[in-house]
Amino acid sequence: MFIEYIVGLSGLIAAGLFIYGLKAMSSPVTAVSGIVTAGYGMIFVITATFLNLFNVTEAAKPHLLVNLVLAVLALVLGCAWAGWRGRTVQMTAMPQMVAIFNGMGGGSAACLAAVELLSDDPTSPLHLTITVLGALIGCISLTGSIIAWAKLDGRMKKPVRFGGQRIFNAGVFLIALVLGALTVMQYATPMGELPRDLFFLAALLFGVCMTLPIGGADMPVVISLYNAFTGLAVGLEGYVMNNPALMIAGMVVGSAGTLLTVLMAKAMNRSLTNVLFSNFGDSTSSAKGPQGEMHSVDPADAATTMRYASSVIIIPGYGLAVAQAQQKLYEFVKILVADGVDVKFAIHPVAGRMPGHMNVLLAEAGVPYDMIYDMDDINDSFATTDVALVIGANDVVNPEALTDKSSPIYGMPILNAYKAHQVFVIKRGTGVGYSGVQNPLFFQKNCTMVFGDAQAVLSKMVEAVKSLGGS
Amino acid sequence: MITATSMTFIIALYIFMLAAFTGYVVISRVPSILHTPLMSGSNFIHGIVVVGALDALFNATSISGQIIGFIGVFLGAGNVMGGYVVTDRMLAMFRPSQKPVPAKKEQQ
Repeated sequence: MFIEYIVGLSGLIAAGLFIYGLKAMSSPVTAVSGIVTAGYGMIFVITATFLNLFNVTEAAKPHLLVNLVLAVLALVLGCAWAGWRGRTVQMTAMPQMVAIFNGMGGGSAACLAAVELLSDDPTSPLHLTITVLGALIGCISLTGSIIAWAKLDGRMKKPVRFGGQRIFNAGVFLIALVLGALTVMQYATPMGELPRDLFFLAALLFGVCMTLPIGGADMPVVISLYNAFTGLAVGLEGYVMNNPALMIAGMVVGSAGTLLTVLMAKAMNRSLTNVLFSNFGDSTSSAKGPQGEMHSVDPADAATTMRYASSVIIIPGYGLAVAQAQQKLYEFVKILVADGVDVKFAIHPVAGRMPGHMNVLLAEAGVPYDMIYDMDDINDSFATTDVALVIGANDVVNPEALTDKSSPIYGMPILNAYKAHQVFVIKRGTGVGYSGVQNPLFFQKNCTMVFGDAQAVLSKMVEAVKSLGGS
Repeated sequence: MITATSMTFIIALYIFMLAAFTGYVVISRVPSILHTPLMSGSNFIHGIVVVGALDALFNATSISGQIIGFIGVFLGAGNVMGGYVVTDRMLAMFRPSQKPVPAKKEQQ
């Protein structure tokens, strides 16, 4: 009884610390202490859980020593592997890393459900139903996240699609549901083992099927969705384990993840159903598009123009990150700022590969966050800005999204770079962006292309402004 | 082991409702600049599933239960540790510009 109280209270304290930690993440100033606080909560509740060793069921007592050794071994191995991967991963590869860690959480929830379903303890149908539901969501999150990782990591280049795929997927899902129902009905009978095992297989398979057809551009939304799924699975299994801390932490993440997913989808002007059930992001439509002549200029000339401008807004895209040119960019910006140019960064919500990814990449290069502005805060400033510098971003500055109803990206909010007095676009070639749509901005009179790899172009720009001398 | 009466189920629903609302309110105030650390931070927090997996493993009675429980704890521990390390690394990089901060203080 005493142990139950201690373990229960530790969960309560941890849940409180978690919510405090998430709340602290509403500002970059308090965020670091927030995650540390949540970390203490986690250490506390995991340590306290070991007290449950004194409280195991009669049937488990003979296995206690083996179970303890296995538990410690699994904890150490899991922490060591993930800690090593987390510390060494490149910032550009962060989205796929987050996807993997998230999938592990979903898998853990599914395993926990599986162990519950393996034991023959008497239990109620309601209890079993929730166990199975949590297992279903956890399995989808596990295999779905693995596919998302493979896509983001470039191991799976193209979405896999075939005729009747939606019907096939719906069929797999339905089979998983039926097997789940059978698992509940046949629980603890020898008849129940086959549907239970098949249920897990079908649930895992569905996660794969659901993610395969989704295009690369939609992956950020999908990771966020699976994050919410894992939270939900954890919450449901918390009910199964009679553990309110799991219920609270899981559900908080579940709803937070859902909100993030919706925000993200909105920023791309895509409904969630569109993301999950339609084909986008790989349309190879050689659309007629705007035609005309692009003007190009030498990096040094563009740099000189910016050096003598009074205000510059920089729009970084994933092309910048791919070229690993953030450091060079910030070096260039520091020179401009030292010479009295007002420089700001404008970030589109879907810049990078997950929400806020570009902010992280800029932060890595040392760009202070008070130079970085969200789309809504800066969009009105373009009209009064001398130079907009677009680096490796294409679709997020495409004015066609505002004007052309036939365009696949119509309705997507964009950064109004086209309104600036002068626009420079650093781009490797004349190719189209992620959406496969040509950008009429590039043919505008006030727009000049600077062709080349972002790293090389920015190096030349730095040299050019340095040679001008400065303040 | 656990007898789920209708009353405990209702209490669970209360907890779910309040937690969902808490998550919504807490997250809706986070600026989009912090969305990536937030996502991995919430990722870390649902890693608390390792606690449930540990309990399940402690109570495992068969070889298959022990194997699945072991995998569950391993995955959960990875979720916790990975989520924490990655979030911490990202947040440590966010910093304000050095010059304007003292200037603002003087104005105030």
